[in-house]
Amino acid sequence: MNVKPLSPVDLALAASLLVLLGLFSWRLQLGLGKQLAIAAARTTVQLLLIGQILRLLFAHVHIGYMLLISMVMLAAAGREVVERQQRSIKGFHGWLIGTGSMFLSSFTVTFLALFVIIGNVPWYTPQYAIPLLGMLLGNTMSGVALGMDRMTETLWQQRQIIEQRLLLGQTAGQAVREIRRQSIRAGMMPIINSMATAGLVSLPGMMTGQILGGSSPLDAVHYQILIMFLICAGTGLGTIAAILGVERKLFDARHRLRLDVLSSVHDS
Amino acid sequence: MLMPTLAINNLRFQNRGPYSFRIEAGECVGLQGDSGAGKSLLLRAIADLDPRTGLMQLGDINADAVAAPVWRRTVGLLPAESGWWLESVGDHFADFDAVDDGMLAAVGLDRSVQNWQISRLSTGEKQRLAIVRLLHNQPHCLLLDEPTASLDQGAVTRVEELLLAYCKMQGAPMLWVSHDPAQLARISAHRFLMATDGRLVDIGEVAR
Repeated sequence: MNVKPLSPVDLALAASLLVLLGLFSWRLQLGLGKQLAIAAARTTVQLLLIGQILRLLFAHVHIGYMLLISMVMLAAAGREVVERQQRSIKGFHGWLIGTGSMFLSSFTVTFLALFVIIGNVPWYTPQYAIPLLGMLLGNTMSGVALGMDRMTETLWQQRQIIEQRLLLGQTAGQAVREIRRQSIRAGMMPIINSMATAGLVSLPGMMTGQILGGSSPLDAVHYQILIMFLICAGTGLGTIAAILGVERKLFDARHRLRLDVLSSVHDS
Repeated sequence: MLMPTLAINNLRFQNRGPYSFRIEAGECVGLQGDSGAGKSLLLRAIADLDPRTGLMQLGDINADAVAAPVWRRTVGLLPAESGWWLESVGDHFADFDAVDDGMLAAVGLDRSVQNWQISRLSTGEKQRLAIVRLLHNQPHCLLLDEPTASLDQGAVTRVEELLLAYCKMQGAPMLWVSHDPAQLARISAHRFLMATDGRLVDIGEVAR
């Protein structure tokens, strides 16, 4: 590894760009200043914190620590999914659908990659496990949040049409077929698009990082292809699981559309 | 199933009810009452579209003993505003070719409507087509929520005749919501009134 370390001054220079953006926001009355500041502060604090934690983890390899940190990551992702919904499903179930489907997809795919494909000893070697899980969870989270938001919002807006279809004798599954498909597509489009443009338009972050860190471009590319496939599978499976979960919750056993399980609209 | 009776017993939903009444086979009952009294809610509950308790029976079919889609297909609710979700009229029918020409003619339309675009339909055309779509499903009972509210007078008469003929021919019980006293007098002898406090009053036979 021969990466050139960054000094606080280097980071401050990058931050000044955000200050400039903040000035534009203020001048054009975009109202983004506060959000921008909070998000930038969160990035700084959270990444510094995870840096320290990773340093500790790399020094003390133990499956217990790995489980603990992966659960913290999962819980944070679960909370974020609920936060990103305009009309989330009320109560514990709303959290469980998003979190459960991320757990099922991200953790299974990560485990498969670590255990079967990469095959380190031990399989949970943190240098591999944490970044892999992080990338999978992050992307799956976006897909699940997008898909669920699309599903609940469309069901809300099209309730008259759904109920008309139910009245004509369609089952809940038939009445939401198109909406279910659109929602799953909405969740998966970003990763499909980024696979399609990878290398042509964008150089993916992990590959860039690996190259900056001194790996050979070909090694980095192989890892990036692996990651893309894993992310796509994880996002797709997670989104499908989440959408089926939402569908189960929004219709009861008598095929009634139960919009009363949704919380009232809140800005995300 | 021949000549079914609609029997509702202790129907409760959303703090409303209990509602208990019978509509005999082939009988048309008019349901009147102020806007917001809950007439549409009652129809929705009978179609099992909202959570409810109580017994609902149509002929020998018990609502809770069959799957909800089967029950809804059997009781046939026409909502005040119809829903259309595909491009053309014909797409909304399982098999448009099987639609009865006489029924289309009865609402002043012909077979060419099959290819009409939904986005170009007037409110009245949508309503008439919604009635054709509902009757094509062959429901054994009709729950009608202001079925002629958006129609002009000529169409109103034709639609009333079509619905009453269906009711007589199939022996279907019919519950007809209307705000128009003249219409209620034309279509029904027996009346229910939904009071503003949500009670359902059987006014009984009204002299025509």
